[in-house]
Amino acid sequence: MNILRPVVTIAQGLGYELELLGSVLARLHHVPARARLVADQIYQSALQTVHVVLVVGTFIGMIVALQTGIELARIGQQDQIGTIVSLSMAREMGPFITATILAAAAGSSMAAEIGTMSVSDELSALEVLSVDRVKLLILPRVVALAIAAPLLTILCDTVGILGGGFVAQSQLNVSYQLYLDSAVEALRDPGRILPLPKDVYGGLFKSFVFGVIVAVIGCAAGLRASGGALGVGQATRSAVRDSIIAIIVTNYFITWALYQS
Amino acid sequence: MSPTAEAVIELRDVRKSFGAQKVLDGLSFQVPRGRCLAIMGPSGTGKSVILRHVIGLLKADAGVVSVEGRDVARLSKHELSDLRKRMGFLFQEGALINWLTVGENVALPLRENTRLPDAEIRRKVQEKLELVHIPDAWDKLPAQISGGMKKRVGLARALITDPEIVLYDEPNAGLDPEISQSINDLLRELHERLRVTALLVEHRVRCIRTVADEVLFLEKGRVLVQLPPREFFASDHPRLVQFLGKDPD
Repeated sequence: MNILRPVVTIAQGLGYELELLGSVLARLHHVPARARLVADQIYQSALQTVHVVLVVGTFIGMIVALQTGIELARIGQQDQIGTIVSLSMAREMGPFITATILAAAAGSSMAAEIGTMSVSDELSALEVLSVDRVKLLILPRVVALAIAAPLLTILCDTVGILGGGFVAQSQLNVSYQLYLDSAVEALRDPGRILPLPKDVYGGLFKSFVFGVIVAVIGCAAGLRASGGALGVGQATRSAVRDSIIAIIVTNYFITWALYQS
Repeated sequence: MSPTAEAVIELRDVRKSFGAQKVLDGLSFQVPRGRCLAIMGPSGTGKSVILRHVIGLLKADAGVVSVEGRDVARLSKHELSDLRKRMGFLFQEGALINWLTVGENVALPLRENTRLPDAEIRRKVQEKLELVHIPDAWDKLPAQISGGMKKRVGLARALITDPEIVLYDEPNAGLDPEISQSINDLLRELHERLRVTALLVEHRVRCIRTVADEVLFLEKGRVLVQLPPREFFASDHPRLVQFLGKDPD
């Protein structure tokens, strides 16, 4: 039984998170009435991570350009660096890096805020007052990250591509114009589902899903917190850990669905 | 209190344990309509646990907790929500929502559960804030007010829907004697004028003397003594004398 305990715990946690997601979806029609709370959450969760996304995104683009550029230069193909950086950023790095930043900054914050409410009787107070806590607390947070994650990903992609261009020009002797032309050209491949560049909307779809995952896992961890400050700390830690695992696993399946099927 | 009068709150042989710790062990009592029953007892004997059973936040391991004749544990989510809308609950620490202002905290049940116009909600909230002597606290956040003020905001929020049943978890804790007495007078008035039925967990003798119709002493998860305040505080029961001291005032 002890061997099975972690499996049961994971299954219970997953079940709770899926149930919470279902509760949020069932209340989506209340979003217009909660517009102010959603805006507050976008400000708190997203706008306050913009500077992190700017710095990390830029350097990720520079690292990708440098790592791949050095190898491409050996075979005289450094002109392709723009293609590689833009596709890497749009398909994977942008959505993944943004989601990881949101998990660390916003997801942990949601777990801590709601966890503190849980251990200080505030959630019990909402229950006693017959106030729907999903509508008041969870819905605005999930919608906010579902909106904010793709927007931050666009920012991350953009600064990453620009950062890669800086490395291409300064260290790989590829002109900025050539780099940008190949970067933009690589993102023009239209998809079958939407009349938009597939790599762009695929990446943005991923980031939308990641945003929802981060918010739901963060809120679920907070709602289940108990045992004072220690419990809030555990909720925060598990929110970040579980979000990153869920992002990576989901990333694989979305990538498979978009590019292999 | 007479068991023949209409019992609004009733506990029958209620048992509750947390792990190995037995908290309630066959607890039974009734609170008739319009009456206020105070619960006294040493810390950690499950006084707040009783209130949480009555409001449906906890479920008993055995026995029945009923409100207006309906077993709270068997109510559907919707029925429990409807019942709670007619009840008020004052938490020990106030349990104010920390990111809402005082006014928004008090207004919350009306904003979420009614379609009252904003002006009417503001009027009602202001009226309750004046009732608990904090008329100018509307825009303050819970972090900006004292523990005693939080308790009063919690009381205003518990009363905002004009509930028929109110559960108070130490309404006097953290209040100075002057405010404390005015809160006690307010609670007494509520019970006399509006015939509110109440369960009161409290240690302060003055509060119980002012507000309660009867006092129950909880010991080892059961009722040890249940008497009207005058007789309770005059009792020569050895355990009560030990708990209250020689001069209960």
